[in-house]
Amino acid sequence: MRPVYMVSGGVSKFAKARPDATFQKMVKESFDYAMKDVPKLKLSMIDGSVASYFSDHFTRQLMAGIMAVDYLGLCPKPNKRIEGGGATGGLCFQAGWEAIASGRMNVCAAFGFETMSHVPTWKGNEFIALASDVNFDYPIGGFYSGYYAMMVNRHMHEFGTTVEQLAMVSVKNHMNAYGNPYAQKRRKLTIADVRNSDMVAYPLTLLDICVMSDGAATCILADEETAFKLTDRPVKITGVGTGTDMMRMADRPHGEVLLAPNEKKSDYRKLKYPGVHSFRAGRSAGLQAYKMAGITDPLKQIDFVELHDAYTSSEIQTYEDLALCKYGEGGKFVEEGYPFMPQIDYGMKLPKKGTLPVNPSGGLIACGHPVGATGLMQAVFAFWQIQGSIKKHYGDGELQLKKADRGLIHSHAGTGTYVTVSIMERGW
Amino acid sequence: MAKKNPAKAPAAPKKVEELMTGTTVFNVPMPADLKALKGMSPIVIKQPYQIDYIHSYGQDSPFFAGLSNGKLLGTKCRKCDYTWANPRLACTHCGRETEWVEIPQSGRVHTFTTCYFGGEEFLKETPFHLVLVEFDGVDTLFLSRLIGPVEPEEIRIGMKVKAKFRRNSQLKPSDVYFVPAE
Repeated sequence: MRPVYMVSGGVSKFAKARPDATFQKMVKESFDYAMKDVPKLKLSMIDGSVASYFSDHFTRQLMAGIMAVDYLGLCPKPNKRIEGGGATGGLCFQAGWEAIASGRMNVCAAFGFETMSHVPTWKGNEFIALASDVNFDYPIGGFYSGYYAMMVNRHMHEFGTTVEQLAMVSVKNHMNAYGNPYAQKRRKLTIADVRNSDMVAYPLTLLDICVMSDGAATCILADEETAFKLTDRPVKITGVGTGTDMMRMADRPHGEVLLAPNEKKSDYRKLKYPGVHSFRAGRSAGLQAYKMAGITDPLKQIDFVELHDAYTSSEIQTYEDLALCKYGEGGKFVEEGYPFMPQIDYGMKLPKKGTLPVNPSGGLIACGHPVGATGLMQAVFAFWQIQGSIKKHYGDGELQLKKADRGLIHSHAGTGTYVTVSIMERGW
Repeated sequence: MAKKNPAKAPAAPKKVEELMTGTTVFNVPMPADLKALKGMSPIVIKQPYQIDYIHSYGQDSPFFAGLSNGKLLGTKCRKCDYTWANPRLACTHCGRETEWVEIPQSGRVHTFTTCYFGGEEFLKETPFHLVLVEFDGVDTLFLSRLIGPVEPEEIRIGMKVKAKFRRNSQLKPSDVYFVPAE
């Protein structure tokens, strides 16, 4: 396998609705931004592309991928569509990685989009719930927030996680997004604001849950030789992992924990795993990526994480899957301040603040979640962090981390059905 | 739609709900100078989409026949000694064909939630409780509705529940629901 680098990225502003643009135009906005950021890259140098969009229902347009490809001027070069629920963007990023690593392409554009405003919010929730088993799960009252609420109730029962700990994730991510002009929701909140907002699925409130968005994102990936011709600050992709699990969370086993390098069997004598409190696919993806990148102690060896916080609860569950802390310690991890940004005042006492910032961009909860774009958006935000170019792209450097040499991006589907983890590092 | 929050009395809405109703438009204005088109606002139309699927439950059909006859049917792999509350034709662990077995109609709440909002199809049924039920001798859980409790505070993990069946079967997994049994 050849080493793979990310050389540029672009994101369209995520918004509740973009009636001014079709999906092709939104993709073009993000693509043009990425092209402009590396002026040495010419359209003729791009060998092909991969397209990321989740739902044919939102677009009501089959083969939408090729319509973006012809808009971008990338015909007659290779393209295919990648789809895997909420992890579609992360899977597409890795498909781009595969195209370069295999030698099939020297430069590949991975682009993604979603147009969720084309139906009312409750119809959108119905469409998303079709990503649960339509024979056995959907007809009971198909609603993803309900599924995640059941998972977190079990997490709280097993480990003593509290609703205030969930709310802290929301405060953190909304506050981080305050410095991110691409984010859909930039708000200064308190734990009380989160708990007093409308109850959606007990115990998750409106502010524990991400929103629907219109948006697009593009990542340009290249082989080593081309990468260094195009930019003096390419970011190397040093690890990729993809995990899967049973579609129906009711069918998940109650067995033994998949151990991370920094864990022992004796850490989990009584824990039935993954049950419905943990994401085995996330753990599996993390372990594969860590092995490839040579990471044995993720808390110490990773500088920041952009993870799939569709729910505040799933961010806490994911700390554990990624072995940033042990299973059961996710609530304490946020309460003690580990995943908060060092330079931001959150109005809370956080003794371990800034240890390992998680979702410096604001994550899905604040940036929005235009599904097919989301995993690629995370890659772009991580790319800018590692490059040290946050100020250039956000217009303000407040969110730039001092040390951002190695980042982790995490994309997640269903009730933890497909999960991808990719490790990105300073390549120069 | 009225705001729903068990902690608060219903409040007047803070914003106007978007409606899918409207006026049918037959003509739109057009400027004489085509350069002005770049500044034109987008045209947004309503596009209805309705389908009746001919959906088969295939090899899982006996499960639904069971529900309409007051039985919960799962499948079991004899070799792995593993029982699924929802049927699957083949064992995930060894790939062998499973056999149909009747599973218990009494169990415990493994986890739960109360949905105050939902997908459009179920919005009119909110609030409702979802539960994952665990059964003795069955290795997987069972997603269902819990009927009876009013507030989520009345439900607890480990609570005993039992199955009830709709008198008029709809041939859907919602033909069975659970009620408290303690």
